[in-house]
Amino acid sequence: MAPSAPSRLGAGGGQCAGAGEAPPCVGGSRGAVASGSDARAPEAEERRRKQKNGGQRRESMASVVLSEPEKLYIVHGVQEDLRVDGRGCEDYRCAEVETDVVSNTSGSARVKLGHTDILVGVKAEMGTPKLEKPDEGYLEFFVDCSANATPEFEGRGGEELGTEIANTLYRVFSSESSVDLKSLCINPREHCWVLYVDVLLLECGGNLLDAISIAVKAALFNTRIPKVRVLEDEEGSKEIELSDDPYDCIRLNVDNVPCIVTLSKIGYRHVVDATLQEEACSLASLLISVTSKGALTSMKKVGKGSLDPESIFEMMETGKRVGKSLHIALQKILDEEESLGTSRQKVGFLG
Amino acid sequence: MAAITMRLPVPRKAAGPSAPRGGEKHLVAPGDTITTDTGYMRGHGTYVEEEKLIASVAGAVERVNKLVCVKALKTRYNGEVGDIVVGRITEVQQKRWKVETNSRLDSVLLLSSMNLPGGELRRRSAEDELAMRDYLQEGDLISAEVQSVFSDGAVSLHTRSLKYGKLGQGVLVQVSPSLVKRQKTHFHDLPCGASIILGNNGFIWIYPTAEQKDEEAGGFTTNLEPVPLSDREVISRLRNCIVALVTQQLMLFDTSILYCYEASLPHQIKDILKPEVMEEIVLETRQRLLDLEG
Repeated sequence: MAPSAPSRLGAGGGQCAGAGEAPPCVGGSRGAVASGSDARAPEAEERRRKQKNGGQRRESMASVVLSEPEKLYIVHGVQEDLRVDGRGCEDYRCAEVETDVVSNTSGSARVKLGHTDILVGVKAEMGTPKLEKPDEGYLEFFVDCSANATPEFEGRGGEELGTEIANTLYRVFSSESSVDLKSLCINPREHCWVLYVDVLLLECGGNLLDAISIAVKAALFNTRIPKVRVLEDEEGSKEIELSDDPYDCIRLNVDNVPCIVTLSKIGYRHVVDATLQEEACSLASLLISVTSKGALTSMKKVGKGSLDPESIFEMMETGKRVGKSLHIALQKILDEEESLGTSRQKVGFLG
Repeated sequence: MAAITMRLPVPRKAAGPSAPRGGEKHLVAPGDTITTDTGYMRGHGTYVEEEKLIASVAGAVERVNKLVCVKALKTRYNGEVGDIVVGRITEVQQKRWKVETNSRLDSVLLLSSMNLPGGELRRRSAEDELAMRDYLQEGDLISAEVQSVFSDGAVSLHTRSLKYGKLGQGVLVQVSPSLVKRQKTHFHDLPCGASIILGNNGFIWIYPTAEQKDEEAGGFTTNLEPVPLSDREVISRLRNCIVALVTQQLMLFDTSILYCYEASLPHQIKDILKPEVMEEIVLETRQRLLDLEG
């Protein structure tokens, strides 16, 4: 989990029009009708899709192929608020969260959301602050799509998806209030803490970004940055002294760290936490990042279909509501884990 | 109201002293010596090294007279003639379709082994070849029977009966092939209100019971009407029960699925996938199955 050569993607922390981002599409590739596309009946969409081509469409996300009746079954189920596994449209799958799984990192977390398995490691290293923000530290994200997840990720296959996810994470954390970057500063203009956040995709079971954002928040909560003191010499040269006690460290305040909620539009309704099969039936999705207080920090539309502005508004409201519950549940489990302290039985990977 | 449950992971419990079924099984891991007696013939899953018979897969040892083989516990589907499989079309080629059946090689469905709509029996012409995509496209699900196995292990399928063919609306669950028990029939109409096809390759298809039983079309006309909510609940519950049985490594056959369904009725459908509820349900199922045997 060493961030040996973190890819410096885009400018520091700011906007990112990364290579992997799909251009916001209006009306898909069909041209003519623009915004009213999701008002069309799902059956018309099916007929159009059938005429296009019978072959598989290669998408950057790991996906499954479904037959048309299967997709229809899923779409009708969502209309009636009963998904294939019995969940409602706003229910998440059962999640397992564990922190401190990788011993040689400053903080780590593993999240299992159904069949999606994510491992995040955070390493704090000393670096030079950015020129435009001399009194702040910064975060660097790197996403690795492991070939364990699916054979498509072998070699350089997972690079496109990894870049896309990393760009999304930069965008989500670009808000100034997410992480208190000023606390990461040691010496203005000279030294600061750089947090290298490495995400490893172990298994893809749908809804990657939600699971990744939960894992990132848990890992940041678990991060312990050693306390340093700056000593000034007579000549003015500064020396950095690390505290001798390994348990003397500063913790990050993760109250404002946002979590991503992906809302996939299936038929006329939208669902939260889509499985791979449901993602195959959804033409457009909205990714919003919500803080624990319900504030939106970023929004992104993905997929080749289009979204009506009214449905975007509805999805945003759902996302804020679901996001708040997500934060409450996550904070509860993190506090519970912390309160167990050293008596907690670590499960890790072989448990 | 959104329902989100998060939990801390629990270490897996070793399968406790639950009923040892029918005699001791000799379990081996790759590299374990099975026997040093040279009088045995080696079968699948074994190899000879330094006059010892060693296992190459993890599984149970089976002895038939002088033949020793190791049957792997988790493996890809190995086709046998007469098996029922559920497969997904991956490619449309000249005069045949390639079907994915969770085996080492894609299975093959020849155009001549496929039933034409209407049940006519005639020689396949060039027009039939050009119209192949109208019958089955990439992504379609079919139920078929294994006709023969090629020398490299690839399986040749046929749908030459009215009960096989393209599958309509329903839910597919993929499990390990070794968990599907071999039975006389794999098509079941469960009394709870849904039907199920237990493919030997581990693909299990749950679908709403068709209203009329006489379908001459041979499964080509797919019913695209919305499935009623009551049927959906039954199908979702069955799907979760099967996932629960598989997680607890119980063999899948119609009785075990039915008992699991009945044991799950007091719980909500989405709660079945919670670990503690899963354990409780499967324990009850196991108990009822033991009572049935004994």
